[in-house]
Amino acid sequence: MSVMKSHATNGEWNRLARDALIDSLKKLMPQHQIRNPVMFVVYAGAWLVWALWIRDLVDMRTAMSAFTGTVDAWLWLTLLFASFSESLAEGQGKAQAASLRQARQTVQARRVQEARADAPYESVPGTQLRPGDLVRVEAGDIIPSDGEAVLGVASMDESAITGESAPVIREGSGDRTAVTGGTRILSDWLVIRVTSAPGDTFLDRMIRMVEEASRRKTPNEIALGILLVVLTLVFLVVTMTLYPYSWYAVHYAIHKGHVVGITVLVALLVCLIPTTIGALLPAIGIAGIMRLMRANVVATSGRAIEAAGDVDVLLLDKTGTITYGNRQAAEYHPAPGTTQEQVAAMARLASLADETPEGRSIVALTQKRFPGQTQALGADAALITFTAQTRMSGVDAGGHRIRKGAPDAMRAWIGQHGGAWPQELEITIQRVASRGATPLVVCVDAAALGVIELKDIVKKGIRERFAELRRMGIRTVMVTGDNPLTAQAIAAEAGVDDFIAEAKPEEKLSRIRAFHDEGHMVAMTGDGTNDAPALAQADVALCMATGTQAAREAANMVDLDSNPTKILEIVRIGKQLLMTRGSLTTFSVANDVAKYFAIIPAAFVGTYPALSALNIMDLSSPRHAILAAVIFNAVVIPFLIPLALKGVRTRAASAKSLLRRNIWIYGIGGLVTPFIGIKFIDLLLVWL
Amino acid sequence: MSAAVLLDLSLLIVVIALGWPLGRYMAGVYGTEPGFARRALAPLERGIYRLCGIHAATEMDWKGYAVALLLFNLAGAVFLYALLLMQGHLPLNPQGLGGVRPGLAFNTASSFVTNTNWQAYAGETTMSYLSQMLGLGVQNFLSAATGIVIVVAMIRGIVRTQRRELGNFWVDMTRTVLYVLLPLSTVFAVILMAQGVPQTLEPSVHAHLIAPFLSGKTAVTHQVIALGPVASQEAIKELGNNGGGFFNANSAHPFENPTALTNFLEMAAMLLLPTALVFLFGRMAGDDRQAWAILAVMLLFFIPLSLVSAHFDLAGNGALRALGISQTHTRALAGGGNMVGVEDRFGVGASTLFGAVATATSTGAANCAYDSFMPLSGLVNLFDMQLGETIFGGVGSGLATMLALVVFAVFLGGLMIGRTPEYLGKKIESFEIKMASLSILVMPLLVLIGTGLAVVTAAGRAAVFNPGPHGFSEILYAFTSAANNNGSAFGGLNADSPFYNVTLGLCMLIGRYWTYLPLLALAGSLARKPRIPASSGTLATHTPLFIGLVAGVVLLVGALNFVPALSLGPVAEQLMRLPSSLMVVH
Repeated sequence: MSVMKSHATNGEWNRLARDALIDSLKKLMPQHQIRNPVMFVVYAGAWLVWALWIRDLVDMRTAMSAFTGTVDAWLWLTLLFASFSESLAEGQGKAQAASLRQARQTVQARRVQEARADAPYESVPGTQLRPGDLVRVEAGDIIPSDGEAVLGVASMDESAITGESAPVIREGSGDRTAVTGGTRILSDWLVIRVTSAPGDTFLDRMIRMVEEASRRKTPNEIALGILLVVLTLVFLVVTMTLYPYSWYAVHYAIHKGHVVGITVLVALLVCLIPTTIGALLPAIGIAGIMRLMRANVVATSGRAIEAAGDVDVLLLDKTGTITYGNRQAAEYHPAPGTTQEQVAAMARLASLADETPEGRSIVALTQKRFPGQTQALGADAALITFTAQTRMSGVDAGGHRIRKGAPDAMRAWIGQHGGAWPQELEITIQRVASRGATPLVVCVDAAALGVIELKDIVKKGIRERFAELRRMGIRTVMVTGDNPLTAQAIAAEAGVDDFIAEAKPEEKLSRIRAFHDEGHMVAMTGDGTNDAPALAQADVALCMATGTQAAREAANMVDLDSNPTKILEIVRIGKQLLMTRGSLTTFSVANDVAKYFAIIPAAFVGTYPALSALNIMDLSSPRHAILAAVIFNAVVIPFLIPLALKGVRTRAASAKSLLRRNIWIYGIGGLVTPFIGIKFIDLLLVWL
Repeated sequence: MSAAVLLDLSLLIVVIALGWPLGRYMAGVYGTEPGFARRALAPLERGIYRLCGIHAATEMDWKGYAVALLLFNLAGAVFLYALLLMQGHLPLNPQGLGGVRPGLAFNTASSFVTNTNWQAYAGETTMSYLSQMLGLGVQNFLSAATGIVIVVAMIRGIVRTQRRELGNFWVDMTRTVLYVLLPLSTVFAVILMAQGVPQTLEPSVHAHLIAPFLSGKTAVTHQVIALGPVASQEAIKELGNNGGGFFNANSAHPFENPTALTNFLEMAAMLLLPTALVFLFGRMAGDDRQAWAILAVMLLFFIPLSLVSAHFDLAGNGALRALGISQTHTRALAGGGNMVGVEDRFGVGASTLFGAVATATSTGAANCAYDSFMPLSGLVNLFDMQLGETIFGGVGSGLATMLALVVFAVFLGGLMIGRTPEYLGKKIESFEIKMASLSILVMPLLVLIGTGLAVVTAAGRAAVFNPGPHGFSEILYAFTSAANNNGSAFGGLNADSPFYNVTLGLCMLIGRYWTYLPLLALAGSLARKPRIPASSGTLATHTPLFIGLVAGVVLLVGALNFVPALSLGPVAEQLMRLPSSLMVVH
């Protein structure tokens, strides 16, 4: 799955392009073309003009056949370019599906009857396992199917799925029970309860997702497809009726010139129908899914990606998403009569042997503030570890008893040892607590030195991300188990719009329902089994790959990197997908104006010479004008393939400024570009 | 030209000044909070319901609404058809006119029931007073009311949340006629009478000529002056965007449109309800800015188009200029310009503006001969209709079509900002696009295919009097007018033939019902949806940017389809500088 992680290299691109070229030739079969109504009209037109070309050849009309032949060649090229863009996008998917399929191999599984370490087993093929079966796996085995560990602890290599090679722990209790078929067990053993039917494992679903990306249409894609078909139908009638109109003009109205040729009408039709977006639409959809995959996120449906663009409320877990997930020392507050350095020094000594993240952060803070404090513990030092009873930890060294711990525990300790509890310290403790931080008191023997302030550290840059989201009209809601005071302080620091404190899983669910009732679209992240109901309710539910099986089942996206912040990226990708479609549609339709100005005077100037006044591009001849329009219409497709695959540029901005920008670039740009392009091609044709 | 600009703008100011309060008043007619008219006339309204057995409290979903509408219109059409066939045997027929031929009766019934009011006949020599009043007059009210209730139902669809019902068709129809159309047209008819429009059941007057003359070999000694209940017809004809004149000359006839004041008021009357309905929409949606945005799109098209029309006609005919004939702006020449086919009590400026108003709204009335406009002025008339009757458009139906185009604009705009598109908090999904497409699709198909059919058949070509591209324009104009339910006639086309009676009649029926039934379905679907709250990520639908986007969609989706056809008609004619209007004397 390393394909996902790294961008394709030049060599891979060349191979992809070559495969796509071969594949796009195969796509010229009618059974494939019929699936895209817009391009099918081009296809039918190409055959029709081909037949006319043959007729011209047979009739030995040299000049005419050259024109007809050239138009026909460009029609076929238009089709080829369209198929090529689709094949190119599909090629990326195929490469990923192939790499996933390597992980899905049939293995022999040891089926056991009961969850015991030494239960007897029978050997069965992995494909015969049914949900509920118990399986024993040992170091070196490939996990035969998705399941939940019920017994044992083991380290796993999940790189086949996640691309992450660092081993992860799975155990028979807690929130780390989920194991995925196709991953490898590195050490120890597990007994697993199978949760997926054969052919429906996580890996199977990923492969299916990648492979079906081109076939399944999302709601907005369907709506756009209808619009394109209607436009095509109308333009079909517009061009078809031009024949009788021209016939009438020639034979009844003015008695001059020739009735417009079928080749010209087909050329006009192909230029008018939205071929640009019609050709690129499949590629845009596949590319959107691929972008998500490249971000190491697997969506169970394309619908979920589109929904991500619509989300206007983000429910974010505080821990891991907004904060780094553990409390860190942020400040020392000395008691009266002591200095900050003294507190820092003692706090460091008390924590030197403390391997918890808090302990390490205290050492780090002292090092940062007072780099001179490097005293090591003597050989006689005795470590006092934290217990739930004492609620303090520290060290006995150099005849002193250095302790740090919760304020009430420390007050009791000082009282026992006959020390005094300074009133000022109490005020400091209150102040720290009111900020949502955790105060720890540092003592040496019976003297309280001061307070360590432990804080939830808000992730760098997250405040700016939330501000961006607000500009995009997305509300952020922080979910935390903290008390309201703490939650409020962190919410203010991170800049979220709202928070849910002391949140229980039911509360998440009811909040999502409330948001739904107000008409909001909600995205959330989660990993625990108790998140599952809320995940199932949310419109976009991102589950961490480390999450439990229940959570994975309930979610519609899985983040293989288990990085909750990625939900922000998913929203961006969802929006980008829709924006690319909308912008290219606008561009495609706006192009028509210039094409009219190229083809209409060219087609009817024989009948009404005065119509040459409409030839505002001053194109060299009627045939050149028509050819230039057809060529422009064809080459604009490959020019836009990179845009279709990469997506239009997205920015965090309000709807208003996004719309202004895209109307200027794709609307006004779509109006002007073909005038320049067609004129340029005409000059080229003259030059040739 | 500056006088034309002044006239144009003062007309619009008057219309907006009257439309705004009327829109508010209508909110009281259709809203949940009854306005003063509904409170005052409640007993009468209840009496009507009791008489007709209508359960006013029971609302209908979109299907029920559509079925009621179709049945009601069908009954109206059959009744009118029968009445026209049998008028010879019925009373109130002082001229002793015979029954209308079946082809023409079908065409006329289709025409009046669909609010088109295409007239393949001359009123004073074809229709008895009974047919005028009980047949055509009644349909003038009912077809206008039908258009209005369509858009009222559509607005409800947008405004309501998670409901199936769009209202009660019978109640909406009753209220439209009772509280809106009847009072307005009564007031307007009285004003018209004060200005000299006749309102009588007396037969035509035979007047002896003061100066008899010879026509060929016959001595002409007297003139028949047609009379009738004109004022009442005239009022609803303009207010309801019907446009079917009592007389063949329509509003060019001095008995329909006697003075400069009535000319101005008739233009205002045509624009009044379409404008008021836009404001009604804003009122019902609880956001007047939405109404102003839609009005802005309409004005963005209407003002330039009407001025272009005035400009080319006021510039006069180049062929006459070449002969040294003055067409300058003088009082004696009624303002100058291309005076062919123009009533000199109105002048060219007031005629092109009347033409623009009558084609932008779906009225189709005429106070001059549109056929004799300079080609690009005629093109403005055509183009106004080909925009799908969205620039003001027919009463109700115009705003409904405009809202369908807004749905397209919202769809494109929504995609461009990366969200599933939504309009006023309602998601626009594939069903909505399907219905809007179905609705918008049909008009260009009818116009283009109909015109194509006419030019390739001998029956179609036989009706054309003019050679050159002008003859083509005449056919295109007829099908454009019918499919858009406008009813405006370019003239120069002998449309009372079996071919045109049937094809145009079908165009009118399909153009009406195929366009608006999908919109009712769309409304039904929108009504069921929940409302999505707005945020800064929502596409704002009242900004200049969005107004521009809608205008672009109206132009690209609506009018782009007609560019090739127009280039073979009026555009070629103008570029050739063929003074076609000189070639045939009207």
